[in-house]
Amino acid sequence: MDYVNTLIMAFISVVLVNNLVLTKFLGICPYLGVSGRLDMAFGMGMAVTFVVTLSGTLTWLIDHLILMNPALSAYGLEVTRYVCFILVIAGAVQLVEMYLRKFFPVLYESFGIFLPLITTNCAILGLCLFLNLWEIQDFVTAVVLSFGAGIGFTVAICIMAGIRENLKTADVPNCLKGAPITLITAGLLALAFMGFAGMIK
Amino acid sequence: MAGDVKEINLGRTFTAGIWDQNPVFRLLLGMCPTLAVTASVKPALTMGLCVTFVLICSNIVVSLMRNLLKPHLRILMFTLTIATFVTIADMFVRAYAPQMSKELGPYVPLIIVNCIIIGRAEACASKNNLIVSITDGLGMSIGFTFALCILASVRELLATGAIFEYPILNTAGEGGWFTPWAAMSMPVGAFITLGLLLGLINVTKKNRTSKAGCHGLR
Repeated sequence: MDYVNTLIMAFISVVLVNNLVLTKFLGICPYLGVSGRLDMAFGMGMAVTFVVTLSGTLTWLIDHLILMNPALSAYGLEVTRYVCFILVIAGAVQLVEMYLRKFFPVLYESFGIFLPLITTNCAILGLCLFLNLWEIQDFVTAVVLSFGAGIGFTVAICIMAGIRENLKTADVPNCLKGAPITLITAGLLALAFMGFAGMIK
Repeated sequence: MAGDVKEINLGRTFTAGIWDQNPVFRLLLGMCPTLAVTASVKPALTMGLCVTFVLICSNIVVSLMRNLLKPHLRILMFTLTIATFVTIADMFVRAYAPQMSKELGPYVPLIIVNCIIIGRAEACASKNNLIVSITDGLGMSIGFTFALCILASVRELLATGAIFEYPILNTAGEGGWFTPWAAMSMPVGAFITLGLLLGLINVTKKNRTSKAGCHGLR
């Protein structure tokens, strides 16, 4: 039961307390770019969740089974860590793209350029690096954290899209229209998410 | 005559990156490091220098191999080139400034997915010769470092009353009048300061607002 508790805590911590978008500034580009409409934001969130779960799991396995394997330490493979990570992510994105084009062509059309851009979404590489940095030793925890990171991104981008849909009818000063007001909204959201900071430990 | 045309192009290419097409303020690229490392000027400057190194090196390599690239594999080649140079930069920072490396954390390896670098490789280096690519990389990275330093100065000044750890305002803790705004060193400060700075720039160049906005936001 203790183990399950740890996993639940890890999930909550990565969704709310250490939300990648609002506390670590990862994935800001799609966060600002695709948050105009709620349905697209949700689709983007789902795509990111899938890719991040897949690539987080795979990079953790590669990192622990090959790169940090004591038997192979003589070759100094850790140098190639970043190159390996980015290759895995690019492959996972390609897979999602092919799957969506086959089974959800409407969603695929509406993503347009943003789908291949998930490859350069910092949230995904960022999470893979954080799994290494936080020294996660346990496979299941790594999977839960990867999945949680995707859910955290979805939560953040959906809240943002909801606010921006209402913002269209608001009277925003001319010079702040577009990116500036979006950033300021994100700032207020980050302030709200700071309230979760005391929840764990 | 052809040389004349190139001269003009080079000058324009160089200055475009610094202001007219400043990657942060105008194109809204590379937002993650912009927001994440600008709590004070020192890490911001380190990040700027790392990006400068990676951007110029990757521009050189991409420009040299531009005739060998297959269209469908080019993004992969760009990414691998960038990842290689980022690994070098990361090892360099870790060896010579371990404290700074710890402070920057994952944001140095995250230069790999910095849209500025891959964007310049795609938009400029893969189409132009070596000299133009280097000039472009230099201009863009100076513009990026400049933007980072401005944002970091504002935030560090309001958060601690100092710039580059050099005290400017008398803080309340030392008997002065200025109460530091703790929020400025937190994520909130990053988002709101950048938002207001972008608004300020829009005021100064009102007629070009919509044009600049549509690159990053739709």
